Amino acid sequence: MMDNQSTNGGIAARFLYRGRWWLITTVVITVFTLWTAEFHQAQTTAVLASTLRHSTPLVLGAMCGILGERSGVINIGIEGQMLMSAWAGFMVASSTGDLTLGVIAGVAMGMLMGAVLAGISVGLRGDQIIAGTVLNIAAIGITSFFFSQGRTLPSGKAQAIRLGPLADLPVAGRVLFSNRPITYLTLLMVPVLWFCLFRTTWGLRTRAVGEHPSAAETVGISVVGMRYLNVILAGGIAGLAGAYLSLEAVGSFERGMTNGRGFVALAVMIFGRWNPVGAWGAALLFGYASAVQTQFQFRDWLTNDPQFVGMIPFVVTIVVLAGFVGRARPPAAIGQPYSRE
Amino acid sequence: MANETPALEATGICKRFGSVVANDQVDLKVNSGRVHALLGENGAGKSTLVNILFGLYRADQGEVRVKGEVVDLGRPRDAIDRGIGMVHQHFQLVPVLTVAENVVLGSEPARGRSVMNLDAAKQEVLELAERYQLEVDPSARIEDLPVGTQQRVEILRSLYRQADVLILDEPTAVLTPQETDHLLSVLRNLADQGVAVVFITHKLREVLAIADEVTVMREGRVVGSTTPAETDEAGLAEMMVGRSVVLRVSKDEASPGDVVLQIGDLEVDDNRGLRAVTGLSLEVRAGEILGIAGVEGNGQRELVEAVTGLRAVVSGTVRIGNDDITGQSPRKISELGMAHVPEDREKHGLIGPHSVADNLVLNRYHRPPYALRGIRQPQAITDHAQRMVADYDIRTPNIFTPARSLSGGNKQKAIAAREFSHDARLLVAAQPTRGIDVGSIEFVHQQLINQRNLGLAVLLISAELDEILSLSDRIGVIYRGRLVVIADAVTLDRNRIGRIMTTGADDKTAA
Repeated sequence: MMDNQSTNGGIAARFLYRGRWWLITTVVITVFTLWTAEFHQAQTTAVLASTLRHSTPLVLGAMCGILGERSGVINIGIEGQMLMSAWAGFMVASSTGDLTLGVIAGVAMGMLMGAVLAGISVGLRGDQIIAGTVLNIAAIGITSFFFSQGRTLPSGKAQAIRLGPLADLPVAGRVLFSNRPITYLTLLMVPVLWFCLFRTTWGLRTRAVGEHPSAAETVGISVVGMRYLNVILAGGIAGLAGAYLSLEAVGSFERGMTNGRGFVALAVMIFGRWNPVGAWGAALLFGYASAVQTQFQFRDWLTNDPQFVGMIPFVVTIVVLAGFVGRARPPAAIGQPYSRE
Repeated sequence: MANETPALEATGICKRFGSVVANDQVDLKVNSGRVHALLGENGAGKSTLVNILFGLYRADQGEVRVKGEVVDLGRPRDAIDRGIGMVHQHFQLVPVLTVAENVVLGSEPARGRSVMNLDAAKQEVLELAERYQLEVDPSARIEDLPVGTQQRVEILRSLYRQADVLILDEPTAVLTPQETDHLLSVLRNLADQGVAVVFITHKLREVLAIADEVTVMREGRVVGSTTPAETDEAGLAEMMVGRSVVLRVSKDEASPGDVVLQIGDLEVDDNRGLRAVTGLSLEVRAGEILGIAGVEGNGQRELVEAVTGLRAVVSGTVRIGNDDITGQSPRKISELGMAHVPEDREKHGLIGPHSVADNLVLNRYHRPPYALRGIRQPQAITDHAQRMVADYDIRTPNIFTPARSLSGGNKQKAIAAREFSHDARLLVAAQPTRGIDVGSIEFVHQQLINQRNLGLAVLLISAELDEILSLSDRIGVIYRGRLVVIADAVTLDRNRIGRIMTTGADDKTAA
């Protein structure tokens, strides 16, 4: 009996110890939020809602990265995939007036970009970093060339969907239950992708291909096939992030509107240890840093030196990565082109 | 038995890689319920043949029949589907996944179409493990398991796919003597249950211990088939190498001189920070070989690294002659007269992508005549390399070939050439013949004896008991970081050493 209890206690203590950084972070954030809001409900709500808004494209981008790297393909072209999709989604939506068609176009463009990445790095066994860089540079060029000022969305940007009585709850109602469609979809995709990666045969094979491709090949799994599939699917997810930016968050397309989110998404992926749920937590942290920055500006704090306030999200990125990257272990086979003989 | 259909039959297999003929008209016939040993030196074409049988390579010519039926094995999947399983020399297991996940990977039990049923996977692994006496924890992660257990997982993986032909590529190269014995009994058990076992090796003792049939390959061809009853170690060695081989080197009585290496109360930690070597003291004199026997992982690696300056010493002293070398840099120690043949020649012995010539001056590249005032002298380096390649019979296309493309035996010869050709007083050789063929083993053994006769002090660390027994003048047995016994070789017999190696207890009366 005694033994049992002490072991249980030991396990609980170990669990707390392993999760101590999350625990500390959560407590600090909660206290800080209450403090900035001066116990004022409207402000707290605004910060939290803004956190979720900022985190959505980051977690989508990170899931794109996870899907690729778990199968062994580094994708630093997320930024380019998002930008191209934001543009394609906006162009289709503004000319047809149909936001759904726009989102579909964005996802399709992301998958097309994924196919290009897979073609270069899996099919032709090219360098994966260079392939991703090609996507980023091409995206800036193409979207700038075809960019035309003055286009608008005839129907406006996507509207919030209120989930019945849940939306009337204090704080949580506005933060969680009256969001726009892609935000809901993202919240749904996080657990779904986690389940697929860790509980399905596809997930097991994906992880095997990313860790030890020749082992996967000897049990009859097509390494090249799995990598193509995953990189193209991942492109679709980045495409959704792009569509979110132009059709749901901003409502128009601007040059370079991804503004480095594709790269921050990579940091989110690493911080989340290549796990969708972890990445979601990481994205919330980054989203929170951005929300706080906005809040500072609203309240005229430290406005004499606005550049320091603007630095907050990036300082958080550096601190977090410096502390965590060393301990996170990427899939063993990432970056290595695979050939059978 | 002669008209029984073979479980697996290959006829007239030919395979070339560029200009190299790896397989030339190879025939192989494997029967159910038998252990078939495929014997040959490194580079004889054994691995190429089995890779063709498993669908990893495609033969240029020839046909493969499974249970009498001609098959086309274009991919591993084709071989798996026809009941051929393979245990690879370099394990094909995903380190971060569990045993059960690795076993079922690619043929997973699922609920519905694609949701993994991990409980069913674990259950199946447990049942298989019990049936074939391959004890393993299905929930353990591969990276946490010792190699012997990882190998069991590889075997289980083939059995899970209902393999009735099991091919094992050099399965004992990575095993301790105890693990090897266990593996051999598992293979016998599998054969008794009707599996056809193909067992690739170049270790003669194992062939004689387990095989029902033997096929010997040399230079891409089958040079003979026999059974253990018809031959002995010497006969097999001669078939394999093509000339008669000295299996036991002869040596004269040692005439030890001054103490060269002196280790006092050495304490060393391993990578995890746990004590790996405890209170170890020993002396090696000029002109003698001190052999350290022990099951691998009992502190040998840490001992060697501490002596060669590759690992920090917690406490204690290491001296070469009158110089205290504790905590000195590897270069300093090497310049004081230590030659080192490291355990892992790929990792610590050679720089794989660099040329053979550069590797041959790795310990002296910065000194005249190989470099003058920091400028390398290519002429001196190539002259030295030409001489070494000739003197030590290193088989390489030329001296500018990358060292990694040499065979295991030739890599070892290159290291020996480099280490023996400078003025050393002390030679530290760790597992010097691991994974190399009989011909090269003979060469390395002869070199060790020669160095001793030239007056070097030799510290030999080996997990091969035969090697220790045939070379050492004195023998120490290490168990959990302690030197349990150290004595003249003639006073220790095989059984006693084996017992100390496995139990750590030196109970003379139990003999």
